[in-house]
Amino acid sequence: MFEAAALAVLAALAFAVYRALAGPSVFDRVLAGNFIGTGAILLLALVGFITDRPEFLDIGILYALLNIIGTLAVLKFWRYGDLSHAGDEEGRSR
Amino acid sequence: MIETAATVVGWALLGAGAAFYLIGAIGLVRMPDLFTRMHAGGISDTAGAGLLIAGMMATAGLSLVTAKLAIILAIILFTSPIATHALAQAALHAGLKPALKSRRVLGPATGPHPFEEKAAKAAAPMGGRGAATRRRLKGAGR
Repeated sequence: MFEAAALAVLAALAFAVYRALAGPSVFDRVLAGNFIGTGAILLLALVGFITDRPEFLDIGILYALLNIIGTLAVLKFWRYGDLSHAGDEEGRSR
Repeated sequence: MIETAATVVGWALLGAGAAFYLIGAIGLVRMPDLFTRMHAGGISDTAGAGLLIAGMMATAGLSLVTAKLAIILAIILFTSPIATHALAQAALHAGLKPALKSRRVLGPATGPHPFEEKAAKAAAPMGGRGAATRRRLKGAGR
């Protein structure tokens, strides 16, 4: 059963990879990247169950923490062209 | 007996989660513009991931594994809306507009805001169709 769920997640990741390659805007690619990150977490957990190695869950937690940071970093870089930009209270550049 | 029940429940949850996850991914490919794609991706991040992890928790029983799965689920449930919100705000800031039905014939979403368009239609002498037709003839959709 875990194998079937892992296959479904893999198929979903294939769709997400298509969206990441097809675009058309950079935000579609960021959305697909975020989706792939979540899929990787679930795949890690499922592989941990399939191979009976619960250590994979720790890696899953790490990926979950990194996923949001990566997404926000790409979005911030795209908006300001600079990761050290402070922005004002409303998040506008000027 | 209880273990069998937990296994059956876990299988059902895993199956439902996998189905939701796939449906969201198909929406990611099939939906017409960024904001509807984000809407479809939300299904995968909430229902899909939630049910999959719940299925794994039901199969694992009460142990450290369940706690770790709960942590993963909590992180996903907290960060996914943040990412979606930031993405939508960044897209709007960059000038992407949601594609609306009334504008689909005119190509990608540009031009006046839908409410302004509605007001212009109401004020148009030909009563509705005039503004859209004129814009299409001028090729001013983009």
